[in-house]
Amino acid sequence: MKIGLFIPCYIDQFYPQVGIATLQLLEKLGCNVSFPLNQTCCGQPMANSGFASLSKGCDKNFVANFTGFDYIVAPSGSCVLHLKEHLHDEQHPGEAEHIRKHIYELTEFLVDVLKIEKIDASFPYKVGLHNSCHGQRGLHLSSMTERMLPSFSKPEQLLSQVKGLQLSKPLRSDECCGFGGTFCVFEEAVSVKMGKDRITEHSANEVEYITGTDVSCLMHLEGILKRNGSNVKTIHIAEILNSNA
Amino acid sequence: MSKSSLSHAEAAEQFIKDEPRTDWHDETLWFVRQKRDKAAHGLPEWEQLREWASQIKNHTLSNLDNYLLEFEANANANGVTIHWAPDAADHNRIIFDLIQKNNIQKIVKSKSMLTEECGLNEFLHAKGVETIDTDLGERIVQLRYEAPSHIVLPAIHLKKQDVSDTFHEHLNTEKGNNDPQYLTEAARQHLREKFIESELAITGVNFAVAETGGFVVCTNEGNADMGAHAAKIHIACMGFEKMIPKAEHLSVFLRLLARSATGQPITTYSSHFNKPREGQEMHIVIVDNGRSRQLGRADFRNSLKCIRCAACFNTCPVYRRSGGYSYHTAVAGPIGSILNPNIDMRANADLPFASTLCGSCSNVCPVKIDIHDQLWKWRQVLVEEGYVDASKKVGLKGMAFVLARPGLYRFAGKAGRAVMRLFPWLLNNKLNPWYKQREMPAPPKQSFRDWYIKNKQQ
Ligand code: SF4
Repeated sequence: MKIGLFIPCYIDQFYPQVGIATLQLLEKLGCNVSFPLNQTCCGQPMANSGFASLSKGCDKNFVANFTGFDYIVAPSGSCVLHLKEHLHDEQHPGEAEHIRKHIYELTEFLVDVLKIEKIDASFPYKVGLHNSCHGQRGLHLSSMTERMLPSFSKPEQLLSQVKGLQLSKPLRSDECCGFGGTFCVFEEAVSVKMGKDRITEHSANEVEYITGTDVSCLMHLEGILKRNGSNVKTIHIAEILNSNA
Repeated sequence: MSKSSLSHAEAAEQFIKDEPRTDWHDETLWFVRQKRDKAAHGLPEWEQLREWASQIKNHTLSNLDNYLLEFEANANANGVTIHWAPDAADHNRIIFDLIQKNNIQKIVKSKSMLTEECGLNEFLHAKGVETIDTDLGERIVQLRYEAPSHIVLPAIHLKKQDVSDTFHEHLNTEKGNNDPQYLTEAARQHLREKFIESELAITGVNFAVAETGGFVVCTNEGNADMGAHAAKIHIACMGFEKMIPKAEHLSVFLRLLARSATGQPITTYSSHFNKPREGQEMHIVIVDNGRSRQLGRADFRNSLKCIRCAACFNTCPVYRRSGGYSYHTAVAGPIGSILNPNIDMRANADLPFASTLCGSCSNVCPVKIDIHDQLWKWRQVLVEEGYVDASKKVGLKGMAFVLARPGLYRFAGKAGRAVMRLFPWLLNNKLNPWYKQREMPAPPKQSFRDWYIKNKQQ
């Protein structure tokens, strides 16, 4: 099983530790992983701003980098959802389709493909889980409070296997944090207010860390936490699953 | 009217300045969302009902011409007069003509978002005709010269104190008496008089049944009935998408509507109007006002399935924190953001961007409108048609250029990681909106790729 590792642009540039944890975790679990060196971005920042027409170059580059893998895995639900829904390449339609069907967000890959039931990790802290919308509502990483369907959660299933970790959820367990791509700057006031409200609920649970499956949401929450001098830290789920504290 | 000329983002920023009030607005509507969840959980067949509702509406929209004609024929046979209004101006003119023809002075109106969409109150006011809104929330905002800020809870932006002040000013209630029961009683007495005097009652329509030519109006206050039963003329106004084929389909929609709206199993009054009583005249104004254009847009047509329950408002984290007026249109919230660009693309180009695309709206929608996908699609249309800020375009073009070229991407990353050069909208603004209330991520010494080459590629 050949796995292509996709590390979205802002993770590559600002949160390399998330990429490292993802790679190490997959290798620990026996996967054959490679990182195509010419990858950049999934194209989502343009497309979600209405400029899907501008993301053709990204699409082409993505297909060129990720052709020939059995699976493509990325530590970002949002980027994966975008690619699943919108990746196209007129010159290589078959390859693009293969990628759309075989790209996985990390936790769904671990649960659905590798069927992991025991993870050798320990993280003895109080951790709050942030459900990122695109992973949850788009990729169905967990059940949603709006829908009247049986409840489940892939991230929780994995976190429950981590030794010493005390998991809590905020009162509104799946409300959006307000990042929303360029929304975070064009609707700055609402974006920050939404983030502050998430943090208030996590703080009420006295968490030491807020974790989740999307670095973008965590970057936004981290920015607010730091500005307000909070002790609460953010950490991507891959870092927890790969940790041996 | 409180419709502002500010963009959604600007108006939202104003709204949020009063943070305690924003929290209160957010929590009040979240409470309604929770009531909806509870009611929906009470029905094991909830998801099945949504699917049926969606299919019935899809079918109806695909055969709308036939159903509208069937409805007209049956309504005519019942002694009801049907009027066709291609746009808002026609709708208003039809009603004004009826008022003039019958020399009417006293008019009551129950809730109808369509008449808000058409600006009927202002139109009649300009002609010297006063209309009294009889829904309590609508009456409150009407006394304040405001528009509804929510399609089901028109005065949800107001607190008890605000209502008390308004009633003190207009209805002579005791100053400072905020007791809801006292205030409601005052409104009841005030409205009772209006009902008794009224000569013409205007109502909305929730469902129009093709096979019977009848229509159903849902209220919690019974004010539509009070109006229609007291007046000698009843005019019901409806957008043409209110159609359903058969009376039995009401069993799906009536169960979904109130549960989605407020968590009630059913609205207190679901009034079925079929024919005028003896000596009464009954008219129905069927309005297009851009709906056939929307019906012709493959990506957006199913927005016409909407039954105006407002569940998407209550669940929307942006609506709850920005208030109805920030949407500067009669129908606010997520559904408004996909309907209004159809009515006026330039004026409403900001609305599809007033969302994080979290998808909660599509999940609660009882008729399964893919609201968040349509928001995304409207963004593409608005950019293509040139209704989006040029500065946005320059930034994103630059970004796309860099991201399509791996070598350039790596260079830009190295040269500018510290200032987030890859996120050009941050650089194009002198006042970086990210930094206003948030710290930047600390730039690491090396990118993941650098690390990978050093550690993994011997
Ligand atoms: S779009 Fe759906 S949820 Fe929103 S008001 Fe219409 S029916 Fe209700």
